[in-house]
Amino acid sequence: MNLKGSDEKHYIDKYLREDRMPHIWCPGCGLGSILHCFLSGLIKTGISMDKVVVVSGIGCTGRVAGYLKLDSFHTTHGRAIPFATGLKLANPKLKVVVFSGDGDLIAIGGNHLIHAARRNIDMTVICVNNFNYGMTGGQLGPTTPLTARTTTSPIGNYERPFNVPYLAAASGAVYVARWTSMHVRRLEQTITEGLLKRGFSFIEVISPCPTVYGRMNRQPTGLDQLRYYRENSVIRHGADPKEVDIDLNGKIVVGKFIDIERPTYSDLLDEVVQKAFEPELPKPDTSKKRATVAGSTPK
Amino acid sequence: MNRDEIILSGLGGQGIILAGYILGKAASLFDKKNATHIQDYGPEARGGACRTQVVISDSKISYPYIDNPSVLAVMSQEAYTKYSPRMRQNTVLLADEDLVKLKKSKHASLFAVPATRIAQELGRVAVANIVMLGFIIAITKVVSVEAMKKAVFESVPKGTEELNMKAFDRGYSYGLEKLKTVKGEEK
Amino acid sequence: MPRVGPLVGEFFMNGDTACAEGAISAGCRFFAGYPITPATEVAERMSARLPEIDGIFVQMEDELASMNAILGASWAGVKAMTATSGPGFSLMMENLGLGVMLETPCVLANIQRAGPSTGLPTLVGQGDMMQARWGSHGCYSIIALSPSSPQECYQLTIKAFNLSEKYRLPVLIMSDEIVGHMSEKVVIPPPEDIEIFSRRKPTAVPEEYLPFEPDADLVPPMANAGEGYRFHVTGLTHDERGYPVMTAEAQDRLVRRLVQKIEQNKTDIIDIEEDGIDNAEVVVCSYGISARVSQFAVERARDEGIKVGMLRLVTVWPFPEETIRQISQRVKAFVVPEINYGQIALEVERCAGGAADTILVPNMGGSAHRPETIIDAIRGAVR
Repeated sequence: MNLKGSDEKHYIDKYLREDRMPHIWCPGCGLGSILHCFLSGLIKTGISMDKVVVVSGIGCTGRVAGYLKLDSFHTTHGRAIPFATGLKLANPKLKVVVFSGDGDLIAIGGNHLIHAARRNIDMTVICVNNFNYGMTGGQLGPTTPLTARTTTSPIGNYERPFNVPYLAAASGAVYVARWTSMHVRRLEQTITEGLLKRGFSFIEVISPCPTVYGRMNRQPTGLDQLRYYRENSVIRHGADPKEVDIDLNGKIVVGKFIDIERPTYSDLLDEVVQKAFEPELPKPDTSKKRATVAGSTPK
Repeated sequence: MNRDEIILSGLGGQGIILAGYILGKAASLFDKKNATHIQDYGPEARGGACRTQVVISDSKISYPYIDNPSVLAVMSQEAYTKYSPRMRQNTVLLADEDLVKLKKSKHASLFAVPATRIAQELGRVAVANIVMLGFIIAITKVVSVEAMKKAVFESVPKGTEELNMKAFDRGYSYGLEKLKTVKGEEK
Repeated sequence: MPRVGPLVGEFFMNGDTACAEGAISAGCRFFAGYPITPATEVAERMSARLPEIDGIFVQMEDELASMNAILGASWAGVKAMTATSGPGFSLMMENLGLGVMLETPCVLANIQRAGPSTGLPTLVGQGDMMQARWGSHGCYSIIALSPSSPQECYQLTIKAFNLSEKYRLPVLIMSDEIVGHMSEKVVIPPPEDIEIFSRRKPTAVPEEYLPFEPDADLVPPMANAGEGYRFHVTGLTHDERGYPVMTAEAQDRLVRRLVQKIEQNKTDIIDIEEDGIDNAEVVVCSYGISARVSQFAVERARDEGIKVGMLRLVTVWPFPEETIRQISQRVKAFVVPEINYGQIALEVERCAGGAADTILVPNMGGSAHRPETIIDAIRGAVR
């Protein structure tokens, strides 16, 4: 995109697929800001852009992968994390990022999320939470606050939502943070930090969905939602993730909650392999001698 | 076409499947015959009746199943009750005499061995399957002794080779003795 | 523990283990799976073998994850496979479709057990043959191979990898519980005697690379992630650039090619084994363990003087339509034994087009056919 009245390019443009603009996101949606924060945060890491791979699932956030001029995968609903696990384990040199929504990562992909966190796969997950399924028209999701209205909870939600940072932390994530799409500088900084963190880092970004969720819950414009974030966000670094639930139109605790060290999946694998085997792989043995393999005789 | 059809049976945990595997391996890799090994698979592996089927043939084996075995080895009462009705007129029946109460008058060709007791004497009841293998080979000669020894040595857990070779030898010599004295007329 | 490296020589091993060894010979260095009888032995063997040859074995949380993980690994440039059975195969259908859509080389072994649902977990079935063909939603073509012995489990797994790399799609190995659990001699040749095909790499510079622009064989060259091509791929209907295009025209163009790249290359893909077809009055057509039992029945029937041929489908999908059509002009009937209530028999009937009868010999699963059942069907067919 050219800046108005100028031929000058914005510094993130070269990482966007300009031939795919305009994007599909609604006016007032937070995804544009978050994508910007991601790219500027990524640039600051100094990681080679050729090694960055972005994997998305399905939904509005799922479209992020398609706008990035990086190796990017738009997979099936909920499956971004296992797909990314395959990429990362098969080529540890890749910097793997999962960029997807709350429905994709917490509902249909919830099982994959907790297991990737448990294994401490070295990847960064950016979970954009707009409290509902935006793309399909605003249905109830696993993060919808109690009593909130959606198209499948027209009389008010009576399901208790997940506290997303608590879920990630309890499952084993070594880095857990939350911001809203209004906190652009802090989000950018957190993204840089999360990308440089070894292990499973998880960043939740609360984001407006004025078209459906906002309209049904008395915040009908993106601006209304950003105003709500400004007035109700409480920065509390190191807060106990147990205590960062979000009530309908209530306070939003933001900040960096978890930043710990734990061996990654690959660290532990390497350790076990080094202990189990001699360092050298033998030359292919053509003398027709039979070799036995651990566990090769029937039980 | 020579086709030996061997059923080994007993209880899960006795090493029946491994015994069948060793037999098939010996025939296939060391006697250079065709052999198939099938295991009954499932909860049986953990304590119930257990069976393995080994077919050994000079020609290609297209059908790996055994309806009526030419050799039947039983290491439990349940296995005996279940599989002995499937015997042919001339099926060679081999049994662990301490574990199976046999209707001796019914069988024309019966050979009994205290396989488990011999294994106990050797210090490990777990090698009863290999004692039985030695016995089977002495009586039936379905596989050569040399092939069996190689297969046993290669297939048992590392560190237990010596004990298992001893177990095989004990079963084998018990079988040779048995042939001298009774020649299959234990009635 | 010393590292074993590639095996060479003669082994007495079961079909599942041989399948794992075939994968290793083919260059597979990534396995993701979830334990399920009777496919577990493939995973167990891989868990023992891959770490020592610097490969990755990962046990995932379910079969959905397993299938996705191998797709991801393949895009990272590593040959990858999974193995499953019954309910696990159903779960893998979702992302088998993604593999087809993203044109991702990988191998999925289904060691079939009897269903529906949990069915008979430890006993044989061949009830997933149509699921293999049509199991994921939408329209596509697939390749499926069916081994009849542990030796063939080894060889067809190599072939499956080669075909998947050549035609850029998931290739299915439709084995079964009996073949998977049966031990038999398996000969593993030295690596230099094994023919290996790896995906064609793009020749275009990254700026000009179109990830879905096909070559003459309708297969696009494939860049791996991290090589600087900065490509985008999506499960949505897409154009040559890999960009989503939500039109009937784009759909037509893409799906036609996905189907045609298999249909157009059928002669290269299809492998069948014929025995005594030329002067046969009746032909038994089967696959997997059922083909083995059929062979036994055919030989007995020949002893009775019946002119019976044997057609074994090594490749089940794409279906050898032309072969069946030609044979149907000269024989009275096809006899089709399979461990289901008629799946491949429907294909045989379709291709015979009324020129010859199709006699199904069904078996609901739990055991192989009794040879007498097949012999009776052969006798009935010539009567």
